[in-house]
Amino acid sequence: MRESPAIHVEEQFDDLSQQRESSSLGMWVFLATELMFFGGLFLAFAVYRFSYPKAFMEAASHLNLVAGSVNTFVLLTSSFLFSLAISAFRDGRKTRTLLLLGVTLFLGVLFLGIKGFEYYDEWRKGFLPGPAFHFQGPDYLHVQLFFVLYFITTGLHALHLFIGLGVIAVFFFLVARSWVRKDREVAIEIGGLYWHFVDFIWIFVFPLYYLLGGGR
Amino acid sequence: MSVVFQAVEVDPRDTPENYLSEGGIFSWLFTTDHKRIGLLYLFSIIGFFAMGAVAALMMRLNLLTPRGDLVQAETYNRLFTLHGVLMVWFFLIPSIPSVLGNFMLPILIGARDLAFPKLNLLSWYLFMAGGAVVLYAVLIGGADTGWTFYTPYSSTYANSHVVLMATGVFISGFSSILTGLNFIVTTHQMRAPGVTWFNLRLFVWSNYATSLILVLATPVLAITLFLMALERIWKVGVFNPALGGDPLLFQHLFWFYSHPAVYVMILPGMGVVSELIAAYSQKRVFGYKFVAFASIAIAVLGFLVWGHHMFVSSESVYAGLTFSILSFLVAVPSAIKVFNWTATLRKGNLRLDTPMLYALGFIGLFAAGGMTGLMLAALGLDMHVHDTYFVVAHFHYIMVGGMVLAFMGGLHYWWPKITGRLYPEFIAKIAAVVTFLGFNLTFFPQFILGYLGMPRRYHAYPEQFQVYHVFSTAGATILGVGYLLPLCYLLWSCRYGKPAGPNPWGAKGFEWEIPSPPPKHNFAETPTQTEPPYAYPVR
Amino acid sequence: MNGIPALLAQFQVLPDQASSLAARVDQFFWAMVAVTGTVLAGIAAVILYFLVKYRRSNPRVDRTLGDRSTLPAEVTWTVLPLFIFVGMFAWGSDLYFQKNQVPRDALEVEVIGKQWMWNIQHPEGKKEINELHVPLGRTVKLIMSSQDVIHDFGLPAFRLKEDVLPGKYTTEWFTPAKTGVFPIFCDQYCGTNHAHMIGQVYVMEPQDYAAWLRTGMNPPPIVQTGGGLYRSLGCSGCHENNGVVRAPSLHGLYGQPVPLQDRRVVVADERYLRDSILMPEYEIVASYDPVMPSYAGRLSEGEIYQLIAYIKSLSEEPPQAAFTH
Repeated sequence: MRESPAIHVEEQFDDLSQQRESSSLGMWVFLATELMFFGGLFLAFAVYRFSYPKAFMEAASHLNLVAGSVNTFVLLTSSFLFSLAISAFRDGRKTRTLLLLGVTLFLGVLFLGIKGFEYYDEWRKGFLPGPAFHFQGPDYLHVQLFFVLYFITTGLHALHLFIGLGVIAVFFFLVARSWVRKDREVAIEIGGLYWHFVDFIWIFVFPLYYLLGGGR
Repeated sequence: MSVVFQAVEVDPRDTPENYLSEGGIFSWLFTTDHKRIGLLYLFSIIGFFAMGAVAALMMRLNLLTPRGDLVQAETYNRLFTLHGVLMVWFFLIPSIPSVLGNFMLPILIGARDLAFPKLNLLSWYLFMAGGAVVLYAVLIGGADTGWTFYTPYSSTYANSHVVLMATGVFISGFSSILTGLNFIVTTHQMRAPGVTWFNLRLFVWSNYATSLILVLATPVLAITLFLMALERIWKVGVFNPALGGDPLLFQHLFWFYSHPAVYVMILPGMGVVSELIAAYSQKRVFGYKFVAFASIAIAVLGFLVWGHHMFVSSESVYAGLTFSILSFLVAVPSAIKVFNWTATLRKGNLRLDTPMLYALGFIGLFAAGGMTGLMLAALGLDMHVHDTYFVVAHFHYIMVGGMVLAFMGGLHYWWPKITGRLYPEFIAKIAAVVTFLGFNLTFFPQFILGYLGMPRRYHAYPEQFQVYHVFSTAGATILGVGYLLPLCYLLWSCRYGKPAGPNPWGAKGFEWEIPSPPPKHNFAETPTQTEPPYAYPVR
Repeated sequence: MNGIPALLAQFQVLPDQASSLAARVDQFFWAMVAVTGTVLAGIAAVILYFLVKYRRSNPRVDRTLGDRSTLPAEVTWTVLPLFIFVGMFAWGSDLYFQKNQVPRDALEVEVIGKQWMWNIQHPEGKKEINELHVPLGRTVKLIMSSQDVIHDFGLPAFRLKEDVLPGKYTTEWFTPAKTGVFPIFCDQYCGTNHAHMIGQVYVMEPQDYAAWLRTGMNPPPIVQTGGGLYRSLGCSGCHENNGVVRAPSLHGLYGQPVPLQDRRVVVADERYLRDSILMPEYEIVASYDPVMPSYAGRLSEGEIYQLIAYIKSLSEEPPQAAFTH
């Protein structure tokens, strides 16, 4: 797709700045929605964690703290690199933008890989709730409840991350085809907002689920 | 008496270009014009409303006799679930925001369209997709959980298409979120010069407050239904105590959405009524800022009262007290609105056109619904009438007596703008009066039934309740006529109605300064607001 | 069909008042109706007055607006309702407190809801289904739970209801003030035959009640059955003095504060006893080891209730006599 050099403003907007502010505000509102979505899950976790502290601590101690910590580092780094990519894009530095986006993309995939490995390991040990759930010890039901919430929360987080990866991949592809233009900055900025949000949710997930078990 | 408008007699077919000019089915299905999308919503919600109304009529006929002779218990339970799901999520929530809001909101603030027209179209498709899933669920047998989907009945015991039904609601939730998002951004970013926050029309304020709720509450419903469906499919504990969960958590999460959603089903109606009262009093709304801020106050406080649905669900006494006093507090801004509307009439230049009849009916019925709401907020009465017909009557006074009347009023008020045609005034007035009377005959007896102890969702009932059920069913029939009449004459007016001209009511506002029907991009050039809204000259 | 006259004969505006609480709730209701009705009528009257006076066809009326501030009016109709609302809140909450304060030495009756019937058992052992016989003037406390979904034990003649939940106890109480037959409705939607989950409360003279208790073949008193379970399940093996494992004594426990290992103090009520049987790993008594196995899944709702009733009875008699059933 060969772009004309003219700056494009959608017909409902008066000028570029109105368009930019609208897109960015729209993203913030959307993230508020997303926050409430995860908020419901965190509330459920909080309620049950206070009702059944022992089962939850016991269950949490079976999570892989090392993998979780590495993943936290990977994701935070990717967020940082995305911010650098945005400022490189603003400066019109194509190669640098591509490089940073590429590493971000790689880190995102790495996160999913580590997460996948963790899931596999937990499934193998019988922690996947359902008929195959296998746990010996007191309060079996609430240990399972912990894993139900764990798989749902991290699963939905991974889904969001996967969508974010798709967005970054599209940016990568477009920038590679000389897409660097003033009126496109807002697109990559709101993409960045979304990626930071995925990061932000993980910052809650990690201490709530992984650190609860005390790293046994 | 000099009136500031001039009736320009123009046949809409002669107007060179308007938003309806372009023909062909694809010009509608791929439109990004907020006005056309508003009309798409209008047709859709009328369809869903008709289905919900048929379900209601069958329930009312069944309740004519104590044994419930018309349908079996299982069918009856599916009927009230269908009625609730369709009316709440596929009629009331989208009614005023998605139809009238979509059509009017950009015009009222002097914009060419919403901020995200494509998102707006996507929102309609999501709405229809959700509706299609619900209808499919109904065709293959329906769900019997009630629209509240209480666990563990829904997640474990119900033997019906609960997951499919919840999926339909889940999908339509995204439509609500996108509409809310679009309205918020539009109100912030797209206002024409001079349209400051305190120069906004009250309809815009109330839609803004509504959008805040849609954006912040709907995702909680989504996750709640998601967890409920997972428990049902996966058979692992989240809410079922037999599997280690807590059914009260479901109720907390559900009402955290659904109580604010109740205000989604009334705030836009309040906005319409503010417009109607101003237009037919030819006067600025009394206490403009109080009415505007009352909308925001209702939206905010509405998030803090969900626990009043659980006064008898083993909630602690202190939780009960907290939610009770907060529920009384949320009634204050509603009371403020009612008093301000009444005060607006004073020294007005009043005319009882059809929309005004609906608006006045709204004030009376909404006030009655609100006052019975106070009784339900009082712990000492709720412990007797909770989950009885008293509650059913109360929320129908708000939802039907309030929102449906406001929707009808708004539709009549803006009908000439939407279609370019006038509807027949006399028969419209008759329909408004019939609706009001039929409504009261249907639902007033239900207050008495409720106080006598008649529980909700009963397919059959002890004989002593029959007399009130007979009244109620009779009223429902009359109410049905009140709904059918507008359907007929409004359709008739599309073709045979008199041309309306730009401003048939002599009302103030951007929408009355442009031709009827409006041109494709609303304004030839961006308008500027030079005076406050409702600046009617004093006579 | 009985015809219209018979139908009209059924006209009833208030349900029976079968307890003193019912009368107080009705008083409150009529007070609310009076206040809200007056306001509603007032608004309607003012609207009608304005409609006539300021109709558009009346050119002679003065429509000029002064430039007086609207603030005094706004403050008035913000503050005034607020005060009225707080009054309503206080009155309603007072009734709610009464509902939630169970008098001591009430007659405790077990209610188990299941799709779609009420199973009721009296302390003397007598069981009934969808019927509840109670003596006049004696305070009755219902201890309720559900075997499946959420139900609600609604007693309109006593102006009471409370949800009946699976996995936990809820209670409600009333003191019948007149004899007669009053309805029980399930008020929480519970599935297909929700509408048929109804029954009757029979309020009887105390001597009639005593006679009724003796009719028919009846199971032994609940406490006695519970005592049997207490021994056959092996509770006595640890919780009695001569036990092999050291476990806290249950004599005199009910209603008393219990210091826990995590330094909290809880009152040993039905909730505590129930949770300690089903989830013994929580709420461990200070200075004891968490060695008790869970009885979840091994006891029916009725058996849990019987066991708790027996443990409660241990607080009523001297410790020595307790083990000689």
